Amino acid sequence: MSNNPFFTVDKISKSFGGLQALKELSFHVNKGEIYSVIGPNGAGKSTLFNCINGIYKPDTGSVKIQGQEITGLRPDQVAAHKISRTFQNIELFSNMTTMDNILLGRHMHMKTGVFSASAMLWKNSFSAKDETEHRRKVDEIIDFLDLQASRNKLVSQLPYGIQKIAELGRALATEPELLLLDEPAAGLTNEEREDLIFWIRDIRDELGITIILIEHNIQMVSEISDRIIAINFGKKLVEGTVQEVTNNPDVVRAYLGAD
Amino acid sequence: MMDFSEIVTLIVRSVETGSIYALVGLAMGIIYKASEVPNFAQGEMATFSTFIAFMVLTVHGAPFYVAFVVSLLFAYILGIAFEFLCVRRAKNPTILSMIILTIGLQMVLYGLSGWVFGTEQRAFRLPFSQFETVEIGGVVISHLGLATIIASFVLMCLIYWFLEHTKTGLAMRASQQNSMAARINGISSNRVVNLSFGISSIVGAIAAMLFAPIITLSPDLMWDPLLKGFAAAVLGGFASLPGIVFGGYILALIENLFGLWFSLEYKSVVAMGIIVLVLYIKPSGLFSKHYQRKV
Ligand SMILES: Nc1ncnc2c1ncn2[C@@H]1O[C@H](COP(=O)(O)OP(=O)(O)OP(=O)(O)O)[C@@H](O)[C@H]1O
Ligand SMILES: [Mg+2]
Repeated sequence: MSNNPFFTVDKISKSFGGLQALKELSFHVNKGEIYSVIGPNGAGKSTLFNCINGIYKPDTGSVKIQGQEITGLRPDQVAAHKISRTFQNIELFSNMTTMDNILLGRHMHMKTGVFSASAMLWKNSFSAKDETEHRRKVDEIIDFLDLQASRNKLVSQLPYGIQKIAELGRALATEPELLLLDEPAAGLTNEEREDLIFWIRDIRDELGITIILIEHNIQMVSEISDRIIAINFGKKLVEGTVQEVTNNPDVVRAYLGAD
Repeated sequence: MMDFSEIVTLIVRSVETGSIYALVGLAMGIIYKASEVPNFAQGEMATFSTFIAFMVLTVHGAPFYVAFVVSLLFAYILGIAFEFLCVRRAKNPTILSMIILTIGLQMVLYGLSGWVFGTEQRAFRLPFSQFETVEIGGVVISHLGLATIIASFVLMCLIYWFLEHTKTGLAMRASQQNSMAARINGISSNRVVNLSFGISSIVGAIAAMLFAPIITLSPDLMWDPLLKGFAAAVLGGFASLPGIVFGGYILALIENLFGLWFSLEYKSVVAMGIIVLVLYIKPSGLFSKHYQRKV
């Protein structure tokens, strides 16, 4: 397993001007794991995701999925390697409905070609087989995430918590093998968080998707993670099982103590 | 006051000229929506493409439809080449530096077309005459005018269909709304911007070919229509393509009313006046779609 891990980050560094947001950070994630990244504000967690999915190019180091080098690729190219993500500050098409947002997640799977009429968003105006198939997949995701009531509403009109779930749906629609979730529970009610924990487990168990999770809520992290990495100032503080990490004195000092 | 048939005639005339304004405005809007850059080389790109049609027609004696297709092909290549070779190379571009880049291309193309094709006025003819007319429901309209209205309408429908009903059109709209979200869905923003430059250049070239027979073909062919198209886009809102089309027709109507009631000679100040007025009253409608985002 450790010879050929599913996903590896090897000594990536990233600085913004004088500020080093990531310093030679390395870790690996096994297939089917829920791997959590914790650390105080400004530790470099979101920067890590941005380096993985190509929004930033790491200064040095390498990122690999299933042995394939993806370092420095553009976000759309990384997406083609079956990596999807959600953002700390939701990124959705706010003037489109939940349905259409999730349908856009299907974009890569739609038949290509400039004049392929298979991708029409307009209801009933064309009933290509391909399109029906995509709509069916989207409806599956909508059912899975309990989004039926929001299906045909503009996402900008949805409550914050529902928007976060819709964004998760959009990410699932791309059919990823690796899902990066950046603080998915932030801003959710307790009830919504319980649902989210349930879904994240299901996504891993039922869909077999590997998950890297950034989360501040240590209780939630302890509950669902297989392994955890704690980072501070862009460096690895400690990595291991829930027990190992949450009992580590450095973590307690740098992170848990600060809460 | 005007009687009914005069009003109808006025409206038809306005739709005729407004079509050109609308197409030029659309051409600018398509690029603006994809890259937030108003492309001031739009007019010269269109003029240069029209010169290509002219050469194919006169030097090679080809039939019109051949010249038309060659010209549009050239326009497309010019558009994507400009994006690929110049726009994309800009390091950490600001909107201002991009505008300056388009003005640079404008000057290059203007000089080049004068040098290659000459600065004299050429007669550019379409198979539709400007002087032969038809009468439809009491309104007299030239063949060219009718062709202009119909061609623009068809083109607008095509653009609408493309954006709403094709995979690539969907990618373009998604990218315009939120390029970050589009990219993580696997949509290449490079490709979207590149395609936008190509399509925009084609739309501009069609506008120029419809306009050239009315005056004559020379390197400054599109100066006036560009100003009008820009005004139409400002009026209707750069961010909305239907708004731009609407702005084009309204601008032509206001111009014609101005010509009727005040002065034909100073009709052109209307466009400038409208730009200033819109900027003054509703500047937010202008280049307002700038979001700062932290990811
Ligand atoms: N585009 C950028 N330009 C400059 N500095 C940046 C940029 N992105 C991140 N940073 C800086 O890098 C550091 C790490 O930021 P990052 O967003 O990765 O933190 P984080 O661990 O996600 O924090 P939080 O818990 O608040 O989300 C911070 O000091 C931040 O200000
Ligand atoms: Mg963050």
